[in-house]
Amino acid sequence: MSAARWFLPAASAVLLSGVLMASQEEAPTNEKRSGLDYVSPETRAMQEDDTSNPGMLWVLDGETLWNRAEGENGQSCASCHGDAEQNMRGVAARYPVFDTDSKFPVDLQGRINQCRQARQKTDPLEYESDALLALTAYVAHQSRGMPVAPGADSRLAQFHENGRRLYEKSIGQLDLACSSCHDERAGERLAGAIIPQAHPTAYPLYRLEWQTLGSLQRRLRNCMIGVRAEPYAYGSLELVELELYLMSRAEGLPVETPGVRP
Amino acid sequence: MARTLVNVPETARAGEIIEIKAMIAHPMETGHRVDAKGATIPRNIINRFECVYDGATVFAADLYPAVSANPFFSFTTVATRSGAIRFIWTDDQGAVETASAEITVT
Repeated sequence: MSAARWFLPAASAVLLSGVLMASQEEAPTNEKRSGLDYVSPETRAMQEDDTSNPGMLWVLDGETLWNRAEGENGQSCASCHGDAEQNMRGVAARYPVFDTDSKFPVDLQGRINQCRQARQKTDPLEYESDALLALTAYVAHQSRGMPVAPGADSRLAQFHENGRRLYEKSIGQLDLACSSCHDERAGERLAGAIIPQAHPTAYPLYRLEWQTLGSLQRRLRNCMIGVRAEPYAYGSLELVELELYLMSRAEGLPVETPGVRP
Repeated sequence: MARTLVNVPETARAGEIIEIKAMIAHPMETGHRVDAKGATIPRNIINRFECVYDGATVFAADLYPAVSANPFFSFTTVATRSGAIRFIWTDDQGAVETASAEITVT
């Protein structure tokens, strides 16, 4: 009777040491890891099944909006861009890009609003509105599984450099830079949560804490408020520069939109 | 706008246990929050969810303010005959949202 009982602790001890060894082997921090690698198995399962991923509600809305005529010309996104599944594939993997008209970098949300104003002749959508998040998520979703591949555009160099500077600059009353946590302490804990490497490959993503979809800009502002700094405004150049730098850091990781995070 | 997401197997054998998933976009406003001016935001939650299949309610739930936004249900039932599986969500304002999915039982 007791043979099995004796055996069990021994077996679990062996198992435990196996787990410890595995986690030590995973230690090298130069290895890029998506934030998905740090979430609980339940959250991961929620993201990976499209019928349980709440972000898919926005993706479906985005598909409706993509085909809806807006503005005085009565044009929809599809009027010019056609089938998003074909023509938007890979777009999110290379954004933000250089905008030749304004001579500034533009992210996906900025591009959608630019298109609305210049081509559809209608009002831009408000940041974090369901409509803008839905369209952005729908476009980004077309690149799911593709590696992040920022183009080498020399016109972006100064903005990229500024993004890196912002990432490494200490801010706020807590005097912390993005890099203080996401480079120097990635994989360690901030209270109950594991600090990810800050690869923004799943945006817009569904954050369980927000109970809604949110953009990368919301996430960045969130962190700035967290270190008690004054956050940059939605749509500001600084946030786009940070996005630009972060996407270049994430090069090669697959796009996950819509992601699910705690 | 598409506000619901339901998943039902397209085909099943009679007597087979099937998994059904249903999600709806809803703010699930608790009634305990205040807006920027300090006024209470009135409660508006989905208070009832039902799933009807083959003339019977196969699953139903009463919901309360602690349930998060965009509630998701996953449950099982036994496949009996081909037809529609219907989903009904009712919120505090009396708004009723429905969805339906077809299953072929062999």
